[in-house]
Amino acid sequence: MTAHLHTPDAPPRAVPVPLLPTGTLLRVEGLAKEFTLHLRGGTRLPVVDGAAFEVQAGTCVALGGPSGAGKSSILKMVYGNYRTDSGAIWLADDDGAVDVAHAAPRRMLDLRRRRIGYVSQFLRVIPRVSALDVVAEPLAAEGVPADTARARAQELLARLNLPERLWGLPPATFSGGEQQRVNVARGFIASQPLLLLDEPTASLDVVNRAVVIDLIREKKAQGTGLLGIFHDADTRDAVADVVVDVSSFAGRPQ
Amino acid sequence: MTGNALLNDAPLLRAEGLTRYYGRRLGCRDVNLEIHPGEVLAIVGESGSGKSTLLGLLSTELEPSAGKVSYRMRDGEMRDLAGLSEGERRLLLRTDWGFVRQHAEQGLRMAVSAGGNVGERLMAVGWRNYAGIRDEAIDWLGRVEIQPDRIDDDPRTFSGGMRQRLQIARNLVTQPRLVFMDEPTGGLDVSVQARLLDLIRSLVADLGLAVIIVTHDLAVARLLSHRIMVMKEGLVIEQGLTDQVLDDPREAYTQLLVSSVLAA
Repeated sequence: MTAHLHTPDAPPRAVPVPLLPTGTLLRVEGLAKEFTLHLRGGTRLPVVDGAAFEVQAGTCVALGGPSGAGKSSILKMVYGNYRTDSGAIWLADDDGAVDVAHAAPRRMLDLRRRRIGYVSQFLRVIPRVSALDVVAEPLAAEGVPADTARARAQELLARLNLPERLWGLPPATFSGGEQQRVNVARGFIASQPLLLLDEPTASLDVVNRAVVIDLIREKKAQGTGLLGIFHDADTRDAVADVVVDVSSFAGRPQ
Repeated sequence: MTGNALLNDAPLLRAEGLTRYYGRRLGCRDVNLEIHPGEVLAIVGESGSGKSTLLGLLSTELEPSAGKVSYRMRDGEMRDLAGLSEGERRLLLRTDWGFVRQHAEQGLRMAVSAGGNVGERLMAVGWRNYAGIRDEAIDWLGRVEIQPDRIDDDPRTFSGGMRQRLQIARNLVTQPRLVFMDEPTGGLDVSVQARLLDLIRSLVADLGLAVIIVTHDLAVARLLSHRIMVMKEGLVIEQGLTDQVLDDPREAYTQLLVSSVLAA
């Protein structure tokens, strides 16, 4: 079956759009972005130019290249967190593909709940919400009963060796590594078909890094597609099927 | 809820070309917006940017110089608010809408007990049984973390944070579909703010409320809202998904606002 592409919230596109073959969860085409720093006299900071790659179901694609090459920015554009200047980010949805670069805010929020998850580098802490609820929330948002979601959250936090005495506490006072494990659990608990990972093991010790590698492999086995940035080569080699060298898309300084 | 149910629903409120002048001075100009059930929209900007004027226009407290506001009534019909009778407008304000003000004294009746402040709104929608009203008031005081033994005290004896929580209970007890909030955490200590924000966040999510919140505090907007509109000198200069506008602001003024905050 071939999924038809359409963008319900975007103006009609003049150029005919390609079709996403079955199994292709994400197709990025001609992606370009630069920042304009108005407070620095309008300095333009090119990030990427012409980025193109795909993510297939059940595979992990790693974004490689030196720091500053735009890896994290690409991930944020795919999640709709950064704007895209030009190009398209086709994300497979139930009834066709959607261009994230042109999706309206409500559409984007809906896609995040159902289609695309994100483990950010740092946890954004919500006051007074316990680690357990932070982790369970995405699953509850899918409509899973609260008890089931919390039980699943407990399993994940236990696997990631987060001490049980911390589960009921808000993660604000946790160490970097503890917060990262909460963040990883929150990302992996949900069942979105595409999962974005921004250095998910950066603050973790060897034992917990191995747990994350296992979690990634399990996701792949379930058919989830992953797009990630991995700072250490060992983790990357253990999980990545494809490495996309982002420096080949580097934005040209002006 | 499936994604399609969320996407196919009609807007709850729609503003078109909303403009207000105070004499020759501009309040706000040509604002267009829609808000859907369950959606939280933050309107941010500095003092004098027109955000409170906009809130006044949306909630029919101010009359527009031009443009209109439409609202989907409980019967599903989209009505131009300027066309409502005074009785219809008051009923809307008492039942289907809430308005949480920065200064709780303006949103509460300070000489009436806490329970009375909550119960009054219930009586306005036809509740008559005293015991039922009192039970409901106690339930709502509990939901906003006010001890039941304070039910007969009047809000003059309450701290700022408690008054604000009482104001929230008074507004939410009639199960409104849309709540306007004007700087609800303004002027409170940081720890009191955090508690209030968390309370608002969970109530809004649990009840599926639509909220239009005016704030100058980007951290409040970040925590509570799905979408954000940035206002400057009476105009909406930038809008979009909250995290996108705050993490990748496009306009010079938005970049200035974001960079002026210690941690948003």
